[in-house]
Amino acid sequence: MTRALWTHLLKDLRIEWRTLDALISMLFFSGLVVVLFSIAFDPQGEFAQHIAGGVLCVATMFASVSALNQAWAREIRHQVMDAQRMVPAPAAELYLAKAIANFLFVTIVQIVLAPFFFVFYNLHVAGNAWLLALVLPLGTWALVANGIFFAALSMSSRNREFLLSLILFPIFIPALLAMVQSTTLIITGESEPTLWIKMLLGYDIIFTTASLLLFDVVFHAE
Amino acid sequence: MTTNAPGAELTQTCARSVEPCARIQQVSKLFGSFAALRQVTVDLEPGRCYVLLGENGAGKSTLLRILAGLLRPTYGAVRVFGGSEPQQERARIGYMSHAPMLYDELTAQENLRYFASLYPGRHCLAPAEALRQVGLDPTLARTFGQYSQGMRQRTSLARVLVPQPELLLLDEPFSNMDVESARQMVELLSRFRHSDRTIVLTTHQRELAAPIADWILTLRAGRVASFEPGSPRTGPSGIDPESPAR
Repeated sequence: MTRALWTHLLKDLRIEWRTLDALISMLFFSGLVVVLFSIAFDPQGEFAQHIAGGVLCVATMFASVSALNQAWAREIRHQVMDAQRMVPAPAAELYLAKAIANFLFVTIVQIVLAPFFFVFYNLHVAGNAWLLALVLPLGTWALVANGIFFAALSMSSRNREFLLSLILFPIFIPALLAMVQSTTLIITGESEPTLWIKMLLGYDIIFTTASLLLFDVVFHAE
Repeated sequence: MTTNAPGAELTQTCARSVEPCARIQQVSKLFGSFAALRQVTVDLEPGRCYVLLGENGAGKSTLLRILAGLLRPTYGAVRVFGGSEPQQERARIGYMSHAPMLYDELTAQENLRYFASLYPGRHCLAPAEALRQVGLDPTLARTFGQYSQGMRQRTSLARVLVPQPELLLLDEPFSNMDVESARQMVELLSRFRHSDRTIVLTTHQRELAAPIADWILTLRAGRVASFEPGSPRTGPSGIDPESPAR
């Protein structure tokens, strides 16, 4: 990890530690989604196991978007981004640090949410539960890596919050599908989710590489 | 010093033959159909202080942002430090905008330390030293968001000073400041004037900036309307150390 990447990351973590803006909004939002779905569908037994993966992924996705919409807000306010454009450190490191910071925030939310999720949906994992520790971070990274990039891309737009959802959700569909399918297969234990996990990993590699390569152009656009 | 005065393509206004710190050649900047700058040609000599005057929308901030490499000219060219594009020499250029360009949630020291870490291989000022130079107490534990306007402007200037840039671009450094804070800022800039740095600052307040200006450049509707010498530099003996008659 280079010095600039570490510097950006520490700054984002320090600011979040002081304000808790992203964490509180994500926790509230994802908690609400989990509770509302459990009330709406009254999930029991096998049905609960089949929809749990989808509910978890959708809760994570909506919660993340509420944070991703604000990911660059502090840089836009007071034109901090102009000062960052003036530094010789590579812009890709700012992108990567922002993505790592938001990945950590979403992971914290998932860890806090998990026990409530299992209680509300009366779940027991039939498959390899440890695979969830692989699938959820891979899916979260897919969402965050794209979200940070497209949030930067839509920064100069007046309707940036709407625009982010409009661009992000269609592009995230393959990762969402892989995340939901593999989570459901792990919870139900019907078959091995290896193929879906590979797909998720491939998606992460392709989109992270593309974002890293293109971020400098997006960041320095007038 | 060379500039495009009204009615003349190029007018030689100063006989000094020094390699310019920045060369702005026939620069125009269009935003859609609106021309913010129209064929501006100016050479900036090293170690001089230039004051840009002009009404709102005259093109002062646009010119500064082009010099900083944050905007590209639609036509014409800008070269700094002997031929490079500003984008290639970012570490040597310090840009202070109307906005403070700092995080509200961090203290002044944390903000400055953050930016200092983003200049790899460059000898940066220690954040505490930069804050002392602008007359701020580096031990203040308050976050930047709790600072008064005057303190914010000074901290913003301290951020610009951290990488020790050779070209200082200051956009409205006296804006939203009370009389006393503005006077202190002028004193501060007057100290920088005697260093080797080239300073370009924009303001509406001619009376404040005139005493520190080597050259005063007035922009009107994106064109250079006038270019006049500022106040002579005086050394400790009261003699202008830059005067050709010396």
